[in-house]
Amino acid sequence: MKRFVSQAWTIARKDLRSEMRNREVLNAALSFALAVLLMFSFAFDPNSGAETRSLAGGLLWMVYLFAGMLVLNRSFAREKTNECLEALVASPASGDAVFLGKTFANWVLILAVELISLPIFGVFFDVSWTPHAAPLLGVFALGAWAFAAVGTTFGAVTANNRLRELMLPLLLFPICLPALIACVSLTWGIFQPEAVAELGAWARLLVGFDVIYSLLGILLLDYVLTAG
Amino acid sequence: MKSPAILARGVTKYFGDFPALRRVDLEVAPGRVLALLGRNGAGKTTFLRVLAGLTPPTDGEIAFPAVGADSASLRRHIGVVGHGPWIYDDLTAEENLRFFGSLYEVEDVERKLAEWIDKVGLSRFRRSRAGEFSRGMRQRLAIARAFLHEPAVLLLDEPWTALDDRAMRLLSSLAAEARGRGRTVVICSHQLSEALALADEVALLDRGRIAFRGPNDDALRSAPESLYERMA
Repeated sequence: MKRFVSQAWTIARKDLRSEMRNREVLNAALSFALAVLLMFSFAFDPNSGAETRSLAGGLLWMVYLFAGMLVLNRSFAREKTNECLEALVASPASGDAVFLGKTFANWVLILAVELISLPIFGVFFDVSWTPHAAPLLGVFALGAWAFAAVGTTFGAVTANNRLRELMLPLLLFPICLPALIACVSLTWGIFQPEAVAELGAWARLLVGFDVIYSLLGILLLDYVLTAG
Repeated sequence: MKSPAILARGVTKYFGDFPALRRVDLEVAPGRVLALLGRNGAGKTTFLRVLAGLTPPTDGEIAFPAVGADSASLRRHIGVVGHGPWIYDDLTAEENLRFFGSLYEVEDVERKLAEWIDKVGLSRFRRSRAGEFSRGMRQRLAIARAFLHEPAVLLLDEPWTALDDRAMRLLSSLAAEARGRGRTVVICSHQLSEALALADEVALLDRGRIAFRGPNDDALRSAPESLYERMA
C-alpha cells in the first residue's frame, strides 16, 4: 500500500511540476473560462439576480466541462512526447498507481480552474457566492474528480490514437452526463435555498459515480496500457 | 546448473495478420551479453518490447528465472534503452532521474543520480531542462535513466543512435562494466561492429525467426558482415 501511494504521488508530482513549469494547460483553460464567462455576461442581464442564479449551475459547469477537456487532453499527450508512456509501462509503477497519480494531478488542475473562475463568475454576473463557498467547494471537488477519473481512463484508451483530441470528448461527454447533470443540479440547488431537500439524491449520485469510475480506472488501466 | 537470466519459449507476436515474431526460443545466461542482430523488420525491436513487458506476446512465454522476482517487482530489475529517450522535456536532467529513481525505489537516489549524471557527462547541464538538450544529450540521459537502478537485465535497442564517438565508447564501457558485475545485457542493433565488440553471444533474427544463434568469435568481430553468410 505504501509503495502504491508513493508511486501514485511521484507520478502526480511529476505531472504537476511539468504543468507549473510551462502552465500551458492552466493558461489555456483559464483563458477559455474567462472568455466564455465574459461573453455570457453580455448575453444576460446582471441585474436580474434570480434569473442569473438559476442559470449559474448550467453556465458554470458548461465552462468547467470544456475547460476540463483541455486539461484531460494534455494528460496523456504529455506522456507521448519522447515515448514516455512506454517508460511508465516498463517501470515498476502499477497501472492503478499510474491511474491514481494522473487522476489526482488532473483533479488538482481542474479544481484550480474551477476555483479561479468562480470569483470571476461572481463579479461578471453579480452573484454573491461567498455564503455558499463550503457546499460549492464540495460539489466542485466531487465534479472535478468525476471528470478526472473518467478522463484519465479514456485518456489512456485514446493515448495511441492519432485522433485522440477528438476521440476523448466523444467518449467522455456521454459517460460523464450523469455526473454533469448532478453537478448542475447541485450547483443550482445551492443558489436556491428552497431546493435544499432535493440535493441529497444528486449528491449520492455524484459520490456513487466517482466511486464506480475510480474503481473501473484502477481495474482497467494496467490492461489498457499494455494491450496491443 | 545456473538458471538462465532470460528464457523465451515459443514467443510469437502478430500485428493483425502479420507475424512479427514466429516461435522464438532464446536463453541468455546471467552475466552474458547477447547481440540480437538482424535487418530492418526482422523483429528485433518487437522481441525487445515483449521482453520489456511493453507488449504481450500473442503466444509463448517469457521468464527471468535468475532474477527470481514475482511479476509485480520484476520490472524493477529490468532497464531499457528504447527507440525513444523516455525522458520528460519539461523536467531537468536531475528531476528526470529523481522521478525514475523514485519509481524504481532506488536507495540513496540523490547520490546515485549525481554519480550517473557525472558518468554520462551531463554535470554542467544537471539543472537544464531536457527539452533544451541535443539528441545526443538526450540519449546520454536515457542511458543514465536505464542504468540508474542497477538492473539485473539491460535491454538496449539501438543504443548508439545519435551518440558521438566519445559517448559511444562510454556506452560500450558501461555495458562492459555491467557485464562485469554479473548483469545480463541484450543489445539490438544494426551497428554490427559495435555490438559484436561487446557481445559474448550472437543471435540473428530474420523475418521473425531465429536464423542463427552461436557464440561470438574473433572471425565474426573482424568480419561482421559474414554473419549474414552464416545465416544462409
